[in-house]
Amino acid sequence: MNWFGRYLKSSVGAKHVMAVTGLLLVGFVLQHMVGNLQVFAGQEAINAYAAGLKKLGPLLWVARIGLIVIFLVHIASALRLVSLNRAARPVAYKMVKSERSSFASRAMAMSGLILLAFLAFHLLHFTLGGGPLKTQFNLIDAYGRHDVYNMVVLGFQKPAVAISYVVAMLLLCLHLSHGVTSLFQSLGLNHPKYNGIFNLAGPVIATLVLVGNCSMPIAVLAGLVKATV
Amino acid sequence: MNLTIYVWRQKDAKDAGGFEKYTDECKGISEHMSFLEMLDVVNDRLTEKGKMPIAFDSDCREGICGTCSMVINGRPHGPWKATTTCQLHMRAFKDGDVIYIEPWRSKAFPVIQDLIVDRKAFDTIIQAGGYISTNCGSAPDANSMLIGKEVSDSAMDAAACIGCGACVAACPNSSAMLFTAAKLAHMNTLPQGKPEEAQRTLSMVGAMDSAGFGNCSNHLECEAACPKEISGQVIAAMNRGYAKASFGKR
Repeated sequence: MNWFGRYLKSSVGAKHVMAVTGLLLVGFVLQHMVGNLQVFAGQEAINAYAAGLKKLGPLLWVARIGLIVIFLVHIASALRLVSLNRAARPVAYKMVKSERSSFASRAMAMSGLILLAFLAFHLLHFTLGGGPLKTQFNLIDAYGRHDVYNMVVLGFQKPAVAISYVVAMLLLCLHLSHGVTSLFQSLGLNHPKYNGIFNLAGPVIATLVLVGNCSMPIAVLAGLVKATV
Repeated sequence: MNLTIYVWRQKDAKDAGGFEKYTDECKGISEHMSFLEMLDVVNDRLTEKGKMPIAFDSDCREGICGTCSMVINGRPHGPWKATTTCQLHMRAFKDGDVIYIEPWRSKAFPVIQDLIVDRKAFDTIIQAGGYISTNCGSAPDANSMLIGKEVSDSAMDAAACIGCGACVAACPNSSAMLFTAAKLAHMNTLPQGKPEEAQRTLSMVGAMDSAGFGNCSNHLECEAACPKEISGQVIAAMNRGYAKASFGKR
């Protein structure tokens, strides 16, 4: 297994690690968004979906632990690479004129770290139910299920909370617009026939995630989705 | 034209270095001069004043040797596309311009003096696998080894790399992937290089990593800065090849 460790630690192997974990995380983001969009289908739909997820029991924990591991690998690898890259240029240029790189590509570490902070808040908010939001978290619907629908709606009725979600999604959009396109190149997929698709994949998926995820707090704030308690 | 230039002056590798401003020495510069000829004029005038001339690298001065190496106003080899510093002409600038001139900045390319950096790290990468092994003997028959036009073209495109290091200088991470990938694409694409492909890929990437270059995050600034317009596609090929070599080689 010596060769495998060497592969993972190498500059090219590290790219593959970022790309594969990134791909899995994008998959999670999309699946999470589609699940959550059921809030528009009403209280019954989303509460039943949430209850269904909980019923998975041990499988849910497998998924959760898997997800945590993927996250940790993605973050730890990114931090390692950033510190190596910083060390690789000990004296900075007086003048830098970027030609090809984008704001998104240069801001990956920054957008990633802010998203990590948002993730902590998001988990506290809707998964662990701690802090000042406890009251909404403990709601139960008529069938005795966790009332996800009202938890989300009541949560987003606070403008500060809703705005923080929108801001986080703007950062996620920025992160994905470079990340998704970039992962094709990292995995060695670069071909004149398909590069158009690869270059579009990042911005398109990032915009989908932005629009889909922001539609929920905005709809609640606009009064289009109302609480039932 | 009259210019103001700020040049990085550094006595030796240990000196901290800093920018020096020159205005008197940059008066009456002809737009027909190359950038290096402009520096030659500045150096003559500095020498007349009894000052140390600016040390910079140059050799062929026709854009094929890859020796000249300076960052001009934030771009390696200056503002022109697909042009080395020696082929950059002063008509790229106008009267009254302020120009910042800096050496390549990378831990793997330590400054020797002023604008001259030590690019030995590239030699180390080449030594690790930038060759093919073959038995000597009488010359083989012509056309005994058929190579498709597309294959030879793509190998030739990669072989256009002159090893100047502009890719490293332009990369926000100081990565040398465009250089290494160009050499790998050049060798690995052709039948003569195929037998050693896997070992070459592993060795050259290994040498690149231990030289202290940064990691690639697909900004592709290298591709934009390359005076020979090597495509980032070679990096993708290296990404594939490295996985194949790591997992496949016995």
